[in-house]
Amino acid sequence: MSLPLFPLGNDPGPSFVELLRRTRAGGAPIVTGDLPEPTISATRSPSGGATMPGVAHGTTIVALRYDGGVIVAGDRRATEGNMIAHRSIEKVFPADRHSAVAIAGAAGTAIEMVRLFQTQLEHYEKVEGTRLSLEGKANQLGQMVSANLPMAMQGLVVIPLFAGYDLRVKKGRIFTYDVTGGRFEETDFHATGSGGRDAKNTVKLGYRERLGRDEAIELAVAALYEAADEDTATGGPDPLRGIYPVVATVDADGYTRLEDAEVAEHFRNVLERRRARDEEGERS
Amino acid sequence: MTMPYYVAPEQVMKDRAEYAQKGIARGRALVGTTYGAGVLIVAENPSSTLHKISEIYDRVAFAGVGRYNEFDQLRVAVVRHADTKGYAYSREDVDARSLANVYAQYLGQVFTHEMKPLEVEILVAELDPVGTAHQLFHIAYDGTVADEQRFTVLGGEADAITRRMAERFRQGWTLGEAVLACVASLSGPTRTLKADDLEVAVLEHGPWRRTFRRVGDDELALLLAQVEAPGSPASAEGAGEPVSVDESGHDAGEPAGPA
Repeated sequence: MSLPLFPLGNDPGPSFVELLRRTRAGGAPIVTGDLPEPTISATRSPSGGATMPGVAHGTTIVALRYDGGVIVAGDRRATEGNMIAHRSIEKVFPADRHSAVAIAGAAGTAIEMVRLFQTQLEHYEKVEGTRLSLEGKANQLGQMVSANLPMAMQGLVVIPLFAGYDLRVKKGRIFTYDVTGGRFEETDFHATGSGGRDAKNTVKLGYRERLGRDEAIELAVAALYEAADEDTATGGPDPLRGIYPVVATVDADGYTRLEDAEVAEHFRNVLERRRARDEEGERS
Repeated sequence: MTMPYYVAPEQVMKDRAEYAQKGIARGRALVGTTYGAGVLIVAENPSSTLHKISEIYDRVAFAGVGRYNEFDQLRVAVVRHADTKGYAYSREDVDARSLANVYAQYLGQVFTHEMKPLEVEILVAELDPVGTAHQLFHIAYDGTVADEQRFTVLGGEADAITRRMAERFRQGWTLGEAVLACVASLSGPTRTLKADDLEVAVLEHGPWRRTFRRVGDDELALLLAQVEAPGSPASAEGAGEPVSVDESGHDAGEPAGPA
């Protein structure tokens, strides 16, 4: 590879995606929007969504605001139809120092999208010498989702969730997307993926303004527990193998992923409380 | 038909080299050096927004002297190169030696084939991922590459500054000692440089994947204030107190990316 220099008027600017388009170095369809002719026919899954055979799907992710920022959490299971494809994939990633991106949908495309998004944010920062605003980052991700639309039409749907700490207004913010790249800001919480509905309801019932960090983590963990309870595609905590959901906080100091031990502790608390409630129910 | 004048190739090269050297000598110099915990780059630069030192990749930094528009174009180009490479292969596959070669080829090409050589000198510095074998690649206007593990000087009066640096350099010195020696070498015996005349950045291991960090004016003033007898080589050589570094200034980088 030689030095990528561009004539005036054809400069990709601070955009890494534009750079890849110019240099044709990255063949990822998310970048180019080109889609190869389908070689395998899409089949309908029982839940109604089109699925391709042999494509791993990531499932439930949840995000909620607390008084210091946002919590983003995701279970670890990927499925291929009715099979468990992976037990320990990760769906929550740092996008940059002060934001996180979580993914649901076709895992391969989604992870590639995350990698591109991370590079895009860092590239902008290095070329321009300043960081994008949180809103700017959210819009960038929307454009990537929208570029994936042809793939989505064939069943490779990727629905990310973007959350970060806005350094300008000093609070956590959550953005969600639809398949066309439409970007919506959520006020307090959101969950997507196959178990998203159960997770969202759990958060909804337990949510209040200005939750503390530990309470918010416990709520996120409880939401994933409920999702795993109702949805076969969502993995619950697995103490036998030591696999726990990824839980991350993003606050003024940046992205921090919780240690598994801490997540396990929160799960224990959730189960403990549930057991106590059941016992109380039996006594009365 | 008019015949072009014949000019000997030696003369052409000499003229171009002289032209480039003159352009570079007009600018202020910078020093890159290794220290105990990483790589330090100190540039004389009164502007706080037009940077001479920048981040290229996780463990690689850039510094340029000469014409700002020319070296900044080269900086952006190599950021693009590095990001593309890291995206196409893996983040570990981006290394300073290969980036320095890309620069060398381009500068060499321009020097021999274009009307005007680029009036720049470039430093590509890399932090060793595990040990202390940090690398400094110095690329001259004609594409000549030199690699250094101790220190290197770019820009006007490089010879005098190199001499002053050679007297002061110690292997494995602290950040404070290294900053003092670099500043003293840049300023020489007759001038003093203050924190806002300087641009300072380091590559050092921290909690983040990206190791590039700018040393802000406040932290720099603190480091410079450690000196007892400013500028004298003896004070730099004496086993001074290890300077405590304000760690709060970390502002670049984030945790590791996805698997």
